[in-house]
Amino acid sequence: MVRDDIIEYSLDAHHSEEEGEKIRKKIWKVTAILSIITLVEVLVGAFYPKEVAGSAWEFIKWGYIILTVIKAGYIVMVFMHLGEERKTFKMMIIIPYIIFILYLIFHLSNEGISVGDTWNTFRH
Amino acid sequence: MSSPASKQIDSATLWGGKISPLSISYGKLMMWFFLVSDALTFGGLLASLGFAKFSNPENIAAWPAGEQVFTHMPFLHGPDDVYPLLYVALMTFILIVSSVTMVLAVEAGHRMDKRGVIKWLTLTVVGGLIFLGSQVWEWSTFIAGPDGNLSTWNDNATLQHNVYGGEYEPIVDSHGHTIGTDVKSYGPTLYADFFFFITGFHGFHVFTGVLFNIIILLNVFKGTYEKRGHYEMVEKVGLYWHFIDLVWVFVFTFFYLV
Repeated sequence: MVRDDIIEYSLDAHHSEEEGEKIRKKIWKVTAILSIITLVEVLVGAFYPKEVAGSAWEFIKWGYIILTVIKAGYIVMVFMHLGEERKTFKMMIIIPYIIFILYLIFHLSNEGISVGDTWNTFRH
Repeated sequence: MSSPASKQIDSATLWGGKISPLSISYGKLMMWFFLVSDALTFGGLLASLGFAKFSNPENIAAWPAGEQVFTHMPFLHGPDDVYPLLYVALMTFILIVSSVTMVLAVEAGHRMDKRGVIKWLTLTVVGGLIFLGSQVWEWSTFIAGPDGNLSTWNDNATLQHNVYGGEYEPIVDSHGHTIGTDVKSYGPTLYADFFFFITGFHGFHVFTGVLFNIIILLNVFKGTYEKRGHYEMVEKVGLYWHFIDLVWVFVFTFFYLV
């Protein structure tokens, strides 16, 4: 019996030698970027820690977080090839995640600070 | 790029059935869905770490500074051997490199280059095992003490200079006699709970990732994918492996940097 419920589509899991050359070049470039970002983070963390940084710490902290998100972006977009997928698929993966995680971070930090204030007020 | 997603297909055909509208195979799609849910788990864990820290002012004061969390190096036990961040930075670098070898294995698979896949996938497995070993050493260094339950060496210089350790609390019996000492190891217990749970949960992912990579590597050796005509399986475990690297990037930031 011929089944008509199987959707056929090409896997297209192949590329040529020349394309491979280009892709490898890109991989090594991203490797360099990721390594440099990590190196910067480690050097700042080792030689300019919180107690040395003082009031600049807030900026450094957010700098770390931004660098982390940049690294994550390179890993997802290049190493996981999400950048080459169809736009619909990109949105399907990224948008729900961003919405949920921002929701979670907002509520947990909001609640955390509120609980902390309550502690401060009623501890004594 | 040769990715199927770059092909122009009019939307009537694309969404009219008989074709994947996302130009992605079932297996890869499901792997992505799984990774999104797993990423939410890790996101929830890290967000609750922040909640725990900021919900108690005592925690904010007692929480260890990121770069001070782990300052040890193997074979160096002297009192001056304090290397903030260095060991963890090496672990991070090992994981990034193993992620690169994985993406190179995927690329070799696209060219049906069996020898290339074997070479890069083997290196990925080796990188994963080195990372796991490093984490074992880190954990055992945390847990071990001169009288610790899990002793890795006798002249343990580690806990004396550990932000969590080196504080000895006398164990006093009911008559007031000191009958021994107990190492108070982990500073705020809550911090240690999060530290061991999150790095442990990540380590478990690395462990299963290495396992998957080994299984796929054996199949590559056997020629399963050569026969099948494509190396998409390498791509799928590759997605999982990159995800592990992705999580570590965040774990590294929120435990060892900020």
